[in-house]
Amino acid sequence: MPSSFFNQGFQRKRPSTHKLPPGQYETHDFPVLSAGPTPRIALDKWTLTLEGLVEEPKKWSWQEFNALPQQDFNPDIHCVTQWSKFDTKWRGVSLDTLLEQVRLKPDARYVMASSYGGYTTNLPLADVREGKAFIGLIYDGQPLTPEHGGPARLVVPHLYFWKSAKWITSLRFMADDEPGFWERAGYSMYGDPWKAQRYADDDE
Amino acid sequence: MSKLDWQLATVTAIRSETARVKTFTLSLPHWTPHLPGQHYTLRLTAPDGYQAERSYSVASPPEQTGEIELTVEAVEEGEVSGYLFEGVGVGDQLEVRGPIGGYFVWRSATGARPLLLVAGGSGVVPLMAVLRHRQRAGLHNPTVLLFSIRTPEDVIYQQELETLTATDPTFTLLLDYTRQAPTGWTGYHRRIDKALLAEVVGRFEASPVCYVCGPTGLVESAATALQDLGLPAEDIKTERFGPTGG
Repeated sequence: MPSSFFNQGFQRKRPSTHKLPPGQYETHDFPVLSAGPTPRIALDKWTLTLEGLVEEPKKWSWQEFNALPQQDFNPDIHCVTQWSKFDTKWRGVSLDTLLEQVRLKPDARYVMASSYGGYTTNLPLADVREGKAFIGLIYDGQPLTPEHGGPARLVVPHLYFWKSAKWITSLRFMADDEPGFWERAGYSMYGDPWKAQRYADDDE
Repeated sequence: MSKLDWQLATVTAIRSETARVKTFTLSLPHWTPHLPGQHYTLRLTAPDGYQAERSYSVASPPEQTGEIELTVEAVEEGEVSGYLFEGVGVGDQLEVRGPIGGYFVWRSATGARPLLLVAGGSGVVPLMAVLRHRQRAGLHNPTVLLFSIRTPEDVIYQQELETLTATDPTFTLLLDYTRQAPTGWTGYHRRIDKALLAEVVGRFEASPVCYVCGPTGLVESAATALQDLGLPAEDIKTERFGPTGG
């Protein structure tokens, strides 16, 4: 592939006031991407569990979870399908808040997020700590709608948005990395938008 | 070379499907067979180095070796589709990589289960790859395409779909005009809803596998209705296209 290739006459048409990761474009919509029908989850049946390499697993009901301290966060989000959305408005619970309630075993280094509907995605533990990850409950002032992952989704804005599992129901701590749903289908194990790590072949 | 390396394809044909939709035939130096439903990513590079990428479903079947057809809808103010429509001619080169996608795909070898394909607008493109592959592979599993479009001018692949209807008794085309139907139209003329899907599902003797592709609103309501009608979630595959509301 000659690196000097360019498309004659092509030019940037939509300048963004924000810095876009490679190959991304800015959207003001909030596109929906999921592989199947949207699960509908009754709040009285909803639970979130921390499990795997923890001294004692922890499970919250919807009511218990909503009693946890919440905070606003306003991330830019980047989808592997090339759209980026800036300054989104969320409210939810930091994963730091959740991790205060369990004692992780020393060999925990990765996390598998699992969703209602069977979706999974893997993340390094370090990437969900220190203010980097949240469970989003409120979007733009309203309860998160089902098609966007409501009632609760993981939000890890510094990675491509497929890592931000919709309809989250558990986080399993692991010693070794394992691929989740899209990762098994050939997507990047890490998914850094700034390195354009879309597919496994893009990983360094 | 990996299927995810970029390669320089050559445009060998451009066909207008509707006023807003064109099919680009690309000859690939490193062609690999795709599964119907997979897509390619196309990358445009400006002389100043700026790059834009978009993903487009493959419309051609894997039997069409050495080339792929990408059917592209012109998006208003579209940076990439605008260039493709106005700046690209036969003989030009385009950078692509693929095929990509492992979920919204139809594996004909998994058995001849009946197929319900539900398309909204350009959501028909990956489903056309399914239909073309099914035809070229000589399969006759009962198949229905429920195709929602706004007006008669918006029917992509109309001639080919009508020919397929006329020649394959196991294939049924159900057009659904949401805004303006042709004069004397007796078919569907409303947004796809649960009652409409119940009628369509009722045409099948055995529970079909469903592929739903189109704008988010259509996909959400159709997938939810199909589930409500008792189809298992794992038999409902969805791909959401195009602009959406929050």
